Amino acid sequence: MAILAAIMSAVIWGSGQFLNKQYIKGLFFFAIQMLMVGIELYTGSLALILGHVPPHPRNAGMFIRGIWGVITLGEIPRESSAVLVYDHSTMLMLSGLIAIAILLAFAVFWQWCIRDAYKTRKKLISGESETTRTYVKRLLNDSFEYIAIAPGLAFVVLFSFVPIFFAFLTAFTNYNNQNIPPRHLVEWVGFDTFRTVITSEIWGNTLIGVGLWTVIWAFVSTLLAFGVGFIQAVFINSKLVRWPKLWRGLYILPWAIPSLVSLLLFRNFFVTNGVINQLLMDMNIISSPITFFGSVGWSRAALFIINTWLGFAGPMVLITGVMTTLNPETYEAASIDGASAFQQFRKLTLPTIFAAISPLLIMGIAGAFNNFGIVFFVTGGGPMNARYMMAGHTDLLITWVYRLTLDHRMYNFASVMSTFIFIVVASVSGWNLTRTRAFREE
Amino acid sequence: MKKVKRFFHPRRFFPWLGVHINLVVMAIIVLYPVLWLVGAALSPIRGTPGAVTQDTFGIIPIPRAFTLDNFTRLFTDHNYGTWYRNSLIIATITLVGTIIVHTFMGFVFARLQFRGRKTGLLSIMVLQMFPSFLAMVAIYSIFLTFGWLDNIYALAFLYIGGGIPGTMWLMRGYMLNIPKSLDEAAYMDGASKMQVFTKVIFPLSKPIITFIGFGAFMGPWMDYIFPRLLLRSSHNHTIAIGLFNISNPTDGAYDITAFTAGALIIAIPFGIIFFAFQKYFALGAAAGANKGE
Repeated sequence: MAILAAIMSAVIWGSGQFLNKQYIKGLFFFAIQMLMVGIELYTGSLALILGHVPPHPRNAGMFIRGIWGVITLGEIPRESSAVLVYDHSTMLMLSGLIAIAILLAFAVFWQWCIRDAYKTRKKLISGESETTRTYVKRLLNDSFEYIAIAPGLAFVVLFSFVPIFFAFLTAFTNYNNQNIPPRHLVEWVGFDTFRTVITSEIWGNTLIGVGLWTVIWAFVSTLLAFGVGFIQAVFINSKLVRWPKLWRGLYILPWAIPSLVSLLLFRNFFVTNGVINQLLMDMNIISSPITFFGSVGWSRAALFIINTWLGFAGPMVLITGVMTTLNPETYEAASIDGASAFQQFRKLTLPTIFAAISPLLIMGIAGAFNNFGIVFFVTGGGPMNARYMMAGHTDLLITWVYRLTLDHRMYNFASVMSTFIFIVVASVSGWNLTRTRAFREE
Repeated sequence: MKKVKRFFHPRRFFPWLGVHINLVVMAIIVLYPVLWLVGAALSPIRGTPGAVTQDTFGIIPIPRAFTLDNFTRLFTDHNYGTWYRNSLIIATITLVGTIIVHTFMGFVFARLQFRGRKTGLLSIMVLQMFPSFLAMVAIYSIFLTFGWLDNIYALAFLYIGGGIPGTMWLMRGYMLNIPKSLDEAAYMDGASKMQVFTKVIFPLSKPIITFIGFGAFMGPWMDYIFPRLLLRSSHNHTIAIGLFNISNPTDGAYDITAFTAGALIIAIPFGIIFFAFQKYFALGAAAGANKGE
């Protein structure tokens, strides 16, 4: 019998609660269902039912139209401005995703309603029952979690879930500068874009070339920053230095300056009529200015130098922190055993520091993969490479994707690349995660 | 006397010299760009960065004459006041929204057990790995659909929402380290979950909230990508867009000394805040290390 209440509630929300004689609760669920139906009718279906518009999913309310839109991506392109009824593929996809997200929220209430009808019915049959009043009281305390995260959840869904899902789905469409809606329709093409990227020579070349440079960049730039930070930390903390705090305070200056300011400044250091050239000429090291951003080697070197300048302070402070936790007694024991200062450093200091910073080092490398700002603001990806598809010699995958998106409108290709980046970053982070967890359980 | 003798012993002196040469060279490398920024901001020269350098040439780049022209030009030739006001509004809304929304998220995911918790954590973690601004086209379309383009308030909401996947981990990681016995004692005394949050967890989480709040406030000042994408008219430009334009050698408004002056106005308060809250930064970095809990 309990199943009857559940089935009733599944069809008309709250009817199972009415059967259980819980009228207020029943009304509550019914109101939510009416809200959902109301939204559907208000946003279009009413006009369709009344026959004001031709019967077509295009004219239905947001939920039906949304689902139809995601599946078909529209049927009528706006070939000329004379076409008054047309479908805008990407808008359909986006509003469809939003509609689906809202429907999922309703689904949570739906399953709650069904479950509640079933459980209450069972309790009624077995004789124990709970009044709506105590139920509400218990509910308010139990649902604190959901109420507290509801605003955050709404933000995440609207600004993260939906856009990222949209970006991901774009990889399976032909949405690019050849198919800009509403003039053209966008279609689902499955894995065609992935296939093109892998099989076509220029796309493949660019992916491999830019990808390789991204990997080199991620490792070298992070290791340089950590290496310089490490050396400075060791020097500052050595017994030879009188005022370690003074030096450290000086060296964290680059960390304190907003990086956008530093990057825009450094661009002006390296331009042809910029600061570096002027200094070198004044010191008679060079006679004519170097075009740093015209040469592959110099552009890359400039990026490494700037990144080290910006990034060594963080690791330096961290490593200093680790070094203060080293136990002096261990060192005393080591010197009694006859270990030299260098041996102590190699066998005691280094392993401790390495164990402490290696998770951060890995996160740093993963982060450097997507170090957008430095390339975008300093070199802009240049100098351009003729053998690449819309990419330059210093472009990282992420700046290339940005360029594909905003400058060239190659949305589907950009999404394919984003998916590749995501797979790499997710596997590195996932691996790092399991590693630290294993590390913790030990 | 003995001390001096030991000091000049070659085995001590040369390592000392080496370390200090390194420290001084490093200090020059670190300081020169900063001093150049200050020197150029006060320099009367209007021209290329090279010309400004020639005027301020020296290890310490001090211009031959001082002027505040660059600062006044920011307000007369460029719209620095407008940029500043817009950035301030966006940053303030982002700060307030972030603290309210994100602390609740962190608290719920760190301290409470509820259905959907694991799923929620997992999906936020996956989201965090997807470079968020790759979803730019979709975000642009959302803003277009809702009529939010060219609206600085909507941009602030984007920052609040976009920050959640990242900061929630920091917040949660920190709150996990607060002893559970504190909450239990409070519940014993009949406190509700809301009270435990406001009276116990929130006060104890102040360091991480300060850290996240600082990030939330600072981020919008220095973000260029989203303002460029979503704010079109020049009366809605932010500091980042303005500074980018006047520091761009290919832009018509290129004015490097005005840029340094404008950058200085921003960098000085940020630097002061940074040094004042330095311990929170070290802490934030440490919390980040444990975020894969």
